[in-house]
Amino acid sequence: MNFKYNFWQTKFTKQLLSLLGLFILTASSLWAQPGGGIEMADKLREDGKIWVVVGVIVLIFIGIITYLIRLDRKISRLEKQVRKE
Amino acid sequence: MKLQWWKILTILLLIYVLIAGLAGEVPRQAILNETVRNLYFHVTMWFAMTTFLFISLIYSIRYLRSGKISEDDKAVEFVNSGILFGMIGFATGALWGNYTWGSPLPKDPKILSAAIAMLAYFAYVILRGAFDDEQKRARITSVYNIFAFVIFNVLIYILPRMTDTLHPGQGGNPGFNIYDNDNIMKPVFYPAILGWILLGVWITTLRVRLKKAERNLTEN
Repeated sequence: MNFKYNFWQTKFTKQLLSLLGLFILTASSLWAQPGGGIEMADKLREDGKIWVVVGVIVLIFIGIITYLIRLDRKISRLEKQVRKE
Repeated sequence: MKLQWWKILTILLLIYVLIAGLAGEVPRQAILNETVRNLYFHVTMWFAMTTFLFISLIYSIRYLRSGKISEDDKAVEFVNSGILFGMIGFATGALWGNYTWGSPLPKDPKILSAAIAMLAYFAYVILRGAFDDEQKRARITSVYNIFAFVIFNVLIYILPRMTDTLHPGQGGNPGFNIYDNDNIMKPVFYPAILGWILLGVWITTLRVRLKKAERNLTEN
């Protein structure tokens, strides 16, 4: 018999996945719960569009960091040159 | 060149702070609303500033003990970074205050003393320009730096606690903890403090290294 152990088809994995699914579902329902009468950007997050803004900010940050890393390297090269002289 | 581990840590921490800080769950508070997230951005600027000024103080003391000009270079650059973060803290505070306290610059003791404390450090930078001799400049401004740090702490951390101020945790106001009674902000707030401090240290070390290279070039 050609018995192959498939991780994705074991009982344990299936139970684990269903448990994980349950966690995600409860978490997402908690996330969307409106609390009190206090205004928050719920609509924005419900629409998922707040992530666009977060993405833009993260991209800007990555850009600035890349600039910083390049500046760092440039200074390292300069230091090497100074040491050689 | 390989990126040092703490620089990688800086990047990871700050990307986490940006994502979790902007889109994560925060306590629901009237008036504050979503602006409570500024805790991760505005408040951390002042933490970073205080850290840089403290590091600068240590280098000034080290200069006075050893007379090595490289120690003074580090002291200056940390003050520069401190001023940069302080100015960002001021600007962000004005924006935040405009929408929560109703005015960008309310007559608040903490804001006034922060402004005076910043002036003390502007004076440090101006004082440095007054000397031609390098050692003399370093010696006198190092001593001034020690005084400036003491004044800074009195103004920022002691005086506002003795009067009424709008800032949380002072003058009879409850601390920020009451807004965060579920502790859901701390997992972002603490990494944010560390991340912004590390970013400032990174920028400062670049300027220190550039200064050192310049110094080596002019000496040779």
